[in-house]
Amino acid sequence: MGAVTPGGVPEPSVVRVAGPLVEFGYVPGVAMHDLVLLGPARLPGEVVAIRDGVATAQAYAYTGSLAPGHPARPQGHPLTVRLGPALLGGVFDGLLRPLDAAGDRLLAASGGPPPDDDRTWPFTPRARAGDTVAAGDVLGDVPGDPQLRILVPAGCSGPVQDLAPAGRYRADDPVAVVGGTPVHLSEPCGVRTPRPVRERLAPRSPLVTGQRVIDLLFPVARGGTVAVPGGFGTGKTMLLHQIAKWCDADVIVYVGCGERGNEMAEVIAELSRLEDPRTGGLLADRTVVVANTSDMPMMAREAGVHTAATVAEYFRDMGLDVVVIADSTSRWAEALREFAARMGELPAEEGYPAGLASELAAFYERAAVVRTLGGTTGSVTLLGAVSPPGGDFTEPVTAHTERFVRCLWALDRDLAYARHYPAVSWADSFSRDAAPLARGPAGQDDPDLSARRARVTRLLAEADRLADLVELVGITALPPAERMSVLGGRLLREGLLQQSALSPADATCSPARTAALADAVLAVADACARTADTAARADSVEEVDFTPLLRAREEAGPRETAGIAAARDTVLARLKEVR
Amino acid sequence: MSEVEYTAVRELRGPLLLVDGVAGVGWDEFALVRTADGAPRHGLVLEVDRDLAVVQVLEGTSGLDPRRTRIAFTGSPLRIPVGPGWLGRTCNGRGEPVDGGPPVFAPDTADVAGAPVNPVRRTPPAEPVLTGVGAIDVLTTLVRGQKLPVFSAAGLPHLELAVQIAAQSSCGGEPFCVVFAGLGLTHAEALAVREGLGERAAAGELVLLLNTADDPVIERLLTPRIALTVAEHLAFTGGRHVLVVMGDMTAYAEALREVSASRGEIPARRAYPGYLYSDFASLYERCGRIRGRPGSVTVLPVLTMPAGDITHPVPDLTGYITEGQIVLAPAAHARGVYPPVDPLSSLSRLLRSGAGAGRTREDHPAVAAQLIAALARARQVRELADLVGQSALGPADRRHLDMEDAFLRDFVAQGQDENRPLDAALERAWQVLLHLPAAHLGMLPADLLRRRLRATGGPGPAAGPGAPPPGRAGPTGAEP
Repeated sequence: MGAVTPGGVPEPSVVRVAGPLVEFGYVPGVAMHDLVLLGPARLPGEVVAIRDGVATAQAYAYTGSLAPGHPARPQGHPLTVRLGPALLGGVFDGLLRPLDAAGDRLLAASGGPPPDDDRTWPFTPRARAGDTVAAGDVLGDVPGDPQLRILVPAGCSGPVQDLAPAGRYRADDPVAVVGGTPVHLSEPCGVRTPRPVRERLAPRSPLVTGQRVIDLLFPVARGGTVAVPGGFGTGKTMLLHQIAKWCDADVIVYVGCGERGNEMAEVIAELSRLEDPRTGGLLADRTVVVANTSDMPMMAREAGVHTAATVAEYFRDMGLDVVVIADSTSRWAEALREFAARMGELPAEEGYPAGLASELAAFYERAAVVRTLGGTTGSVTLLGAVSPPGGDFTEPVTAHTERFVRCLWALDRDLAYARHYPAVSWADSFSRDAAPLARGPAGQDDPDLSARRARVTRLLAEADRLADLVELVGITALPPAERMSVLGGRLLREGLLQQSALSPADATCSPARTAALADAVLAVADACARTADTAARADSVEEVDFTPLLRAREEAGPRETAGIAAARDTVLARLKEVR
Repeated sequence: MSEVEYTAVRELRGPLLLVDGVAGVGWDEFALVRTADGAPRHGLVLEVDRDLAVVQVLEGTSGLDPRRTRIAFTGSPLRIPVGPGWLGRTCNGRGEPVDGGPPVFAPDTADVAGAPVNPVRRTPPAEPVLTGVGAIDVLTTLVRGQKLPVFSAAGLPHLELAVQIAAQSSCGGEPFCVVFAGLGLTHAEALAVREGLGERAAAGELVLLLNTADDPVIERLLTPRIALTVAEHLAFTGGRHVLVVMGDMTAYAEALREVSASRGEIPARRAYPGYLYSDFASLYERCGRIRGRPGSVTVLPVLTMPAGDITHPVPDLTGYITEGQIVLAPAAHARGVYPPVDPLSSLSRLLRSGAGAGRTREDHPAVAAQLIAALARARQVRELADLVGQSALGPADRRHLDMEDAFLRDFVAQGQDENRPLDAALERAWQVLLHLPAAHLGMLPADLLRRRLRATGGPGPAAGPGAPPPGRAGPTGAEP
């Protein structure tokens, strides 16, 4: 107290500390969502309320030993991160501070300047000195895979007054001067406001995830949104890891939000080991990991999801297709609830703040296919895991999220207990992208897709309906045709929808191979139905060894289709022998 | 350490003490509360608002007189001594010896709250901790660095199982020890734990912390943190593989709820505080392995599901943090099976990291997966048989029922002091599986199955090894 800032205004001091909630005296110049550094350790925090001469900050670090009387230093600008080529392959905390630079244990990290980074990246100029450029125009490239571009930042335009020659530069080196403003290899950017675009476009091209149940039944478009709700043990994280590894996006931003430390370690280790099938490089090189495990400061989860969206938009603006995977949005919502409770806000449903729905909506709205300021097309697709307490999908986070997303991949506990993975329920999931993707002109090289999807869905629904009946009267009491529907449902589940994340051949599946497998299983199901015209023949058909068909998905490579036809023919031949 | 003592106690409520006129007191600081008579008590600062501090008294506020109570703040969070001096000791829930020995002495101290582990410095768990309990070692393999809870219900032998695991576990000859934190145990239970683990304690491989049901509730918030702090040091500095058994976590959550209620916090589900998940995570996440350091911390929390409800916040939030769960089933217990493990709702997510060639045995993951799949089928058949009678079942279905009976009788059931080697448990698993025709063993790699069938002269694809023992169609309809 008594200290004076360079501007002559007395420096404010902390008056109250309750966990991540810190109050300090308001001074002119403190604005909502401004960054503030708290106490001698300069813990970063964000101003979230100003009232009666007291400003409230949410701290993004452990506030142990922070005491009333300690200084609070408002920074006069909102929470900002630095976006640049150093992001790819890196692991960061919720404020985008590199974790590689930290030690074994994360002690209360300071909000001071980041450590010096001596790494350099290649830069090739594309514009010419003297060109007149506007925000979003390309100044130069950072060659690599994916190839990055250095753009004129938003709010900056004019003649290119200076442009660095081709060479290697550090992240904070200036590479151009535009209209008097220096442009660096990496740019600062606020995390709360979406980055500007020229226009939003309608999502039309599919994101191929490599997971059959999704690509076939519940596809998602580039620029779409997906919620993945599932109780614990249903394989949410495993499914999201699979998508992070195998989906055909240019850049993946993986946000571990209040989840397990071992899982983060696992995903980091796997990405650094696996090869990107499209580029031959490591999967880690196209991935940005934002890690906020459940033992790290809770409020950083809140910053983390917005940071991730900002990082995604940065790559999108270069014309890349980006996928953000947030695991889990429920932990973020819990951080919101925790802080609202400490603020004394009136609780709405189950103690969550009334603003929960609008917070979720604002996050998912950051997904889009856009025409960028520079005129190219890029997309951000958002996948959010939801962890409903007790597996209850009517709880507020799940219920609100469902309203804002275009796809829902609901994970089913019964399927998971039967070790049917991925445990995506065909009855409870939906994809509002399926219809536009089937119509869409672009990227649609398979006219049979809708018909195949409809047949698979119909057979699964029929088998489900009959399963209830079978539980009551036994399979043998059903007419042969119905028995064959039950059998067909089983073949679809085991031969097509189940997918082993651990089998190298089955971990991912190309669209052509998915189609081949679906067609093979449907052909066998048809043959079964034709063969079983009496109860006795139905008995025999049920005893046929379908193993070759059911194993086809785990044999041959993820892109090979030849073996599938052979397996189908083997089983069809066996059916022919049924008497 | 600040020598200032404050006396202006404004309020005493539940476990909380509010003191006025403090200066320079930080959040989460450790405090000493002195009374005119009796031992000093310990407290933690939950909130500081200008000159008012809210202190949570770990021994409870019973007997405190606001006029005759003095509070001193230490200027730092609570630290405890750490080191091998803890091994072989038995202490109460605050870490004070109850074995008649001197206080635990160690040159190093550590903050009981711990610090988050940098996720990029973690090494993914690998290599098993073998518990000598066949059903766990084969089906839900415990992996070094994992957190795997036991979900139980009132009346089930979870404490016996926890003690058995603590007494028998080993890490293939590498340095190993157990930290056992009893939370809210009855005195009879505490005695049983001390007896069951006597040998391990004598071998200097055990740290025992016992918080009993009649100890101050609030103390339970501290016990698991002491256990984990001691364990972390034994593991990452001492180079041991440490298994931390903590239970009953439901009693811990109740203590947390009590403090939350006294503070007038807005309750979330079932009146537990909204931060129950994060609080659990701050305990469970302290397991793991750290790159470049020897040792590991494996956490085995034990909890009872109130009214057997797995959607209750305590098991539910635990399940979201832990890497799987071992679920005990009343139905199996009623049939007299110990340990009454429910194989289908139990899961070790890290089984593949801890089991397989070079870790346990090459056939282990496939055998576990096949056994689970067959049991899932058997359960469906069982439900059907209850409705339509066994006579309406096909031959393959009946074989599945036989297999399920054999599973409980020959594979799961085990004596409370029987330390079953993994090889023996896997052999039993094979015997159980061979009740099924080969066509129903599709998850076993074909060559593995062929080799096994040739070796045992077992069943061909059609016929079984003679008639399997007549399966007792037990009263199992009530299994969850």
